[in-house]
Amino acid sequence: MAEQLNKVFIDVAVDEPAAGDAALAAKLEEVCPVNIFKGTPSGVEIVEENLDECVLCRLCIEAAPAGTVHVKKLYDGSELT
Amino acid sequence: MSVLLNKGTTFIVQGITGREAVNLTRECLDYGSKVVGGVTPGRKGREVHGVPVFDTVAQAVENHGGPIDGSVVTVPPAFTKDAVFEAILNGIKLIVIVTERIPRGDVAQMVELADMEGARIIGPNCLGLIVPGVCKMGGIGGPAKDAAKSYAPGPVGVMSRSGGMTTEISSSLTQAGLGVSTAVSIGGDAIIGSTYAELMPYFEADEQTEAIVIYTEPGGRMEAQLSQWVADNNSRLPIVAFMAGKFMDDEEMKGMSFGHAGTIVEGVEDTATEKIARLEAAGIRVVERIDQIPDTVKEKIGADA
Amino acid sequence: MRFYEYEARRIVELAGIPVTKYGFCTSAEQARAAAEEIGGPVVVKSQVLSGGRMKAGGVKFADTPEEAAAHAEAILQLEINDQMPRGVLVDPKAEVKQEYYASVVWDGTAKRPLMLFSDMGGIDIEEVAETHPDHVGRGHLTNLFPIPDFEAKQTIAATGVSGSQLNRATPILARLARLFREYDMTLAEINPLAELTDGSFVALDAHMEMENEAVGRQKQLLRTQLEIAEEDTRETYEPSDFERHVAAIDAADHRGVIQGKDHGFTGNLGLVIGAGGGSLTLTDAVRSQGGKPANYSEIGGNPSVAKACGLAKEVLEKDGVEKIAVMMSIVSNTRVDIVARGVIKACLELGKDPGETIAIFRIPGAWEDEGFKILERYGVEYCDRSVSLWEAAGRAVAKVQGAAG
Repeated sequence: MAEQLNKVFIDVAVDEPAAGDAALAAKLEEVCPVNIFKGTPSGVEIVEENLDECVLCRLCIEAAPAGTVHVKKLYDGSELT
Repeated sequence: MSVLLNKGTTFIVQGITGREAVNLTRECLDYGSKVVGGVTPGRKGREVHGVPVFDTVAQAVENHGGPIDGSVVTVPPAFTKDAVFEAILNGIKLIVIVTERIPRGDVAQMVELADMEGARIIGPNCLGLIVPGVCKMGGIGGPAKDAAKSYAPGPVGVMSRSGGMTTEISSSLTQAGLGVSTAVSIGGDAIIGSTYAELMPYFEADEQTEAIVIYTEPGGRMEAQLSQWVADNNSRLPIVAFMAGKFMDDEEMKGMSFGHAGTIVEGVEDTATEKIARLEAAGIRVVERIDQIPDTVKEKIGADA
Repeated sequence: MRFYEYEARRIVELAGIPVTKYGFCTSAEQARAAAEEIGGPVVVKSQVLSGGRMKAGGVKFADTPEEAAAHAEAILQLEINDQMPRGVLVDPKAEVKQEYYASVVWDGTAKRPLMLFSDMGGIDIEEVAETHPDHVGRGHLTNLFPIPDFEAKQTIAATGVSGSQLNRATPILARLARLFREYDMTLAEINPLAELTDGSFVALDAHMEMENEAVGRQKQLLRTQLEIAEEDTRETYEPSDFERHVAAIDAADHRGVIQGKDHGFTGNLGLVIGAGGGSLTLTDAVRSQGGKPANYSEIGGNPSVAKACGLAKEVLEKDGVEKIAVMMSIVSNTRVDIVARGVIKACLELGKDPGETIAIFRIPGAWEDEGFKILERYGVEYCDRSVSLWEAAGRAVAKVQGAAG
């Protein structure tokens, strides 16, 4: 079986210092319906294999301080606002 | 005019806090339907998109302050029979059952009680019904703006054993400039609350409806019943039918089930070929291709006018 | 779910209907012992989920236990319609005075169970109904209320049966009706129901089928009383690798539903299609336009990207598949962009060019604008609702045939 590709359609990034905020990380993990974020004591981790499952719901963007979470559509280069 | 629903139709959603139910509640509200309550046992006091949630149907009726016309039932299969009994015995007369995989014996019990109490069941395993521009009861057509795109008001009544094909056919009628009077997703199971023949009198009595389109599949005797109804009632409505699943007539497909639970060929009368012959013998035009429906309807309406 | 004859006998017996003293055996030795216990001439019957046992040599009469053992030995190794028997049933050779027929089936139009009774048993009931309609009694049953004996009596009396025969057969048909309802059967048949020379009635052969949707709530009967294992699902045929893989992908992820079948399909055009009605319509449309589907499939209920990808990959990896067609009727719940991502990913992961591999993508509806952007990026030919299911299928057929020729 061929390898699984990730990050084909969607990429997600969280800016520093928000990315190191454990409370925000826990919140992102909770709101994302497709488990793209994992909260750890040292901040947020991105779960690569779930990136392409993003349903463009904006819940992560709304949960974080304005402009700190970036959801990028790799197929047209635009970013979700 | 319309069939089964009108501008003032009130209904509740049983199982309203489930994922799909939350969506369909939103869609119906956006379409302008009057969703007056929801029921999920143990969740009294909550709201779903502003709709109050109750523990019992009786509470919902009491809160509404008078009889409620309908209910959309979206509870798991093991609880559906009880939910439908509760709705019927609290005076609800139109029940749309969305739930799939309900044993036939349960469905038959619900239908028998509905008959005794003068209630009508649509489904199970269906998406509900819609009167374009007036009321949408169930997930039929999806979000309000998508439903508006697929369903414009017009002269054609649509009945379909497949929920998705209800919208596909209605959309083609809308695109062709015809539009839809009422569309009913009647459900894909072997026993359903309302068959084509049982809904025909409603369309017959509806001034807006000038023709009927049905989508049908192998399995069951529903088409034979419709053919008989047409023969017995001298209907004013021309009917155009489309039969899917002709490939199931092939020898190598015998005994296999495809599509809906009701789409299993159990006898010679169940096959696509046999059904097409029966429908045509009753004067119902069976089109070969799905895209021939709008033009055939136009021809029929023109010929009858 | 279908039952073997020995199980159907047990179900009938549990309902209080008299049966002969039969034995279920899985070896010649057991068959000898069963025949000895019965004492007298016996019949040895192959236990397969298939008709036509008699013709295939799966039913043999024996006068002695030795003969019964020999027949059992042979029948246990006899394949009938591609099935090896589960065992043999050893039954006393009954002294039959008259054979009757009794069954309960669903009448989908009336939405009620229907009792059928005939005094011409042992043969195909449809044939009797055709040639001797006055010898077939029918009676509908209530779904809601207790089933009274008189309903059974009326049904039997309608065939002209009277006297002690009527009184003996009545409770049997009534019990058959009650078990049909209680156990969620779709068929409960006793044929023949025999009147023996001593005037007693016994069920000589029984045929039962239970509705699949009800298997979950009939555990008491299935697991405890009949001891049928959970994994013994009685499929009508052995699932293919493709079918098993798709079912496993579906079961591993609760988001959405996918199904795949390839029994009877051997073409070069893979179908990634949906939902129930759309799949039937599209499969016909491909075949009617000269296309050769490699499979049948159904997508519904808004599957995840991974699930759509999994289905597309399974289809693409089937022998002989050159291209896939991704088509659905207008979707309102399933999302166009999610399915687009899934099928494109399947191509990429298998090292194929999505623009070459996907003959056509025709899924209009929810999130179609987003989906179309993705398809454009990968050069996949797509269309919206203005292109009918028929035309989309035709385009896919033309493409795969162009590529082959």
